[in-house]
Amino acid sequence: MSVSDIVITSTGKKDPSFTIPVIAAAGAFAGIFVGAAQGSTLLGIVGGAILLAILAFLCIEKLGRDGEKMARWGILALFAVGGFAFGAVAGLVVGLLFGWFFGWFIYWIGFNRYRAHLVPYLTPGQVLWHYSFRVICGAIFVFLITPIIVVMPLSFNAEDFFTFTPEMLRFDPEGYSLKHYRDFFTNPEWTSAVWNSLKIAPVATFISVSLGTLAAIGLSQSHVPGKRAIMAILISPMIVPLIISATGMYFFYSKIGLVGTYWGIVLAHAVLGIPFVIITVTATLVGFDRSLTRAAANMGANPVTTFFRVQMPLILPGVISGGLFAFITSFDEVVVVLFIGSAELQTLPWQMFTGLREQISPTILAAATVLVSISIVLLAMVEMLRRRSERLRGMSPG
Amino acid sequence: MKLTKTLFATTALTVAAGLAHAESHGMMADSMTLVSWGGAYQASQDKAYAQPYLEMHEGLTISWDESSNEAVAKLRAMNEAGNITWDLVDVVASDAIRLCDEGLAMEYDPEELLAEGDDGSSAEDDFGELIVSDCFIPQIVYSTTFGYRTDMVPEGVDAPSEICSVFDLETYPGKRALEKRPINNMEWALLCDGVAKEDVYDVLATDEGQQQALDKLATIKDDVIWWSAGADTPQLLADGEIFMGSTYNGRLFSVIEEQDQPVAMMWDAQVFDLDGWIIPTGLDDAALARVKDFVKFATDTQRLADQAKYISYGPARASSAPLVGQHAELGIEMAPHMPTDPNNAKNTFLYNYEFWADYRDDIDAKFQAWLAQ
Repeated sequence: MSVSDIVITSTGKKDPSFTIPVIAAAGAFAGIFVGAAQGSTLLGIVGGAILLAILAFLCIEKLGRDGEKMARWGILALFAVGGFAFGAVAGLVVGLLFGWFFGWFIYWIGFNRYRAHLVPYLTPGQVLWHYSFRVICGAIFVFLITPIIVVMPLSFNAEDFFTFTPEMLRFDPEGYSLKHYRDFFTNPEWTSAVWNSLKIAPVATFISVSLGTLAAIGLSQSHVPGKRAIMAILISPMIVPLIISATGMYFFYSKIGLVGTYWGIVLAHAVLGIPFVIITVTATLVGFDRSLTRAAANMGANPVTTFFRVQMPLILPGVISGGLFAFITSFDEVVVVLFIGSAELQTLPWQMFTGLREQISPTILAAATVLVSISIVLLAMVEMLRRRSERLRGMSPG
Repeated sequence: MKLTKTLFATTALTVAAGLAHAESHGMMADSMTLVSWGGAYQASQDKAYAQPYLEMHEGLTISWDESSNEAVAKLRAMNEAGNITWDLVDVVASDAIRLCDEGLAMEYDPEELLAEGDDGSSAEDDFGELIVSDCFIPQIVYSTTFGYRTDMVPEGVDAPSEICSVFDLETYPGKRALEKRPINNMEWALLCDGVAKEDVYDVLATDEGQQQALDKLATIKDDVIWWSAGADTPQLLADGEIFMGSTYNGRLFSVIEEQDQPVAMMWDAQVFDLDGWIIPTGLDDAALARVKDFVKFATDTQRLADQAKYISYGPARASSAPLVGQHAELGIEMAPHMPTDPNNAKNTFLYNYEFWADYRDDIDAKFQAWLAQ
């Protein structure tokens, strides 16, 4: 039995003078979008309100709880047919979603189910806030995610523009193609960019992780003078605007002949990655028991052995998540590369940046989709490591 | 004994001098970085110039850097840092003039650097007045002109065929895309406000004239989407976001012929501009020798004509025009798609370099202030 099955407050039929206006208002709100898409917002609002008021009346007053299953299937079918009549296959999908939602919504409101999982003494205002809060959170989530989601179907566009063609909206297979992915994986411009990124990021990550971990361990010792100042300097690449670091690096690296070289970019990216490693490793070291190193020393282990056999395994999750951040930083970085990089060392973000400015080709969207997928996998790994380390240290129930 | 010594010394000197000579003149760098605009244009240069050159020279590598857009700023930074990493840079003529004035581009002698025309004319005659600066090596003539959606022309109205349709919101309702800078827009506005073509720049030189142009633009301001990258207008046209928009004619060619979109060209009052190479100053001898060799090849009559197989820009040499053939993939005749074709060039402007060099800062400031109103 999961939490959502527990009924705290008993439910029953609500008064229609409350339920029907509420459901009609929801219908009017949905009608705004349908109406706007079909040409008349006002008509959509009025139509949505009337339709939902009638449906609410039929379901709650006439069919009641016994006819719930039938009523919900009926609404689903009604909306699906209506949607198909307006907008073919795409309309059908939207109609099915609306039908499912309103079927559930009418019964949820009509039979007071929204109170079932809340404590009985809440005032109506508190109940309203309880659900508004969730809707607002959901809206923010949608706002953050939609721009990323929307490029994904576009990357399967059969045309060379960032446009949802009529064929795509009809779900016509003709409107979709994998040609941008083919271009991404076969065009030497893109493959060499991916290859360059893959040659640069791991080496930069390795340098960041080695130096960052050592710095974090050193700075966690209590006897280091000027700890805060040193820490601030080491983290500064994260705080100073990137364009300023990049300009400085460009002129400094030019003098010593590193501009346009492989090692120039690797070093620059390592500098940008170090703060992430320091911060994550320092956080892990807070929970590290110093008496363990003293115990190891007591048993005759030298500091290097102690580090690798005792300290390192315990702070490993922090080191790895710092490394992943350093990797993503290098893999996604465009500003410094534009300054330090050269035509032979075009990285993936460089290629995307220049490509987007000069020619709007959906190959960029294919690349973006691939990159987003990789980022999701990497971040999921970070999160899993974090949970594992919390579990190991007994900080969460599991 | 003494004689032998002297002989020996002279021989050694001669050999050394010979080696030094070979190093400074005979040796050419075996890699080259070319800077261009990316996209279809860079692809046309790669296919017409770079690939054939690579076939002739084994062991050479050519890399492309798509940085022409910020070439002026980057060349300044490179010069400041004392580290020139580009060998040959593709820029529009106005940028070439600026770079030349600042000493960042190398002055050259057309007769020495460039090949003779196929028809025997000297390079200087063949390029004619397109050599607008001592540093500028012309490649193509392109134009900025309008394209419109054929399926958005209102019923019962003729398709727009003249520039003033842009300002005619009653006959041709819908959004327009214009470039986010005063150049071209001001000229078109004055033309459609009753100023005669030959008076446009005289009028535009006065404060009242500039205000007149802005006032004319203000009549359509609410319906304008301002673009800054050449790819914007094609995307907006393909989306159906706009009814008509200005952009480079090659971009419109690709939208119409290659991407098969319902778009047509409106050549009226197209503005010609030039694009070409500059050689940065401060290259070492080996790099310079290589670049000179490449430029001689890449700007000869045949190579410039070849480029027109891939993109609808007119070759800068007079002797190349008769050699322009068919599109490499579509197989259509390219000549009717050139901005210089007599049918397309009935009413044209040439980018007025002198005027805009003198007035650009001033009019730019007014234009930006007007935009923000």
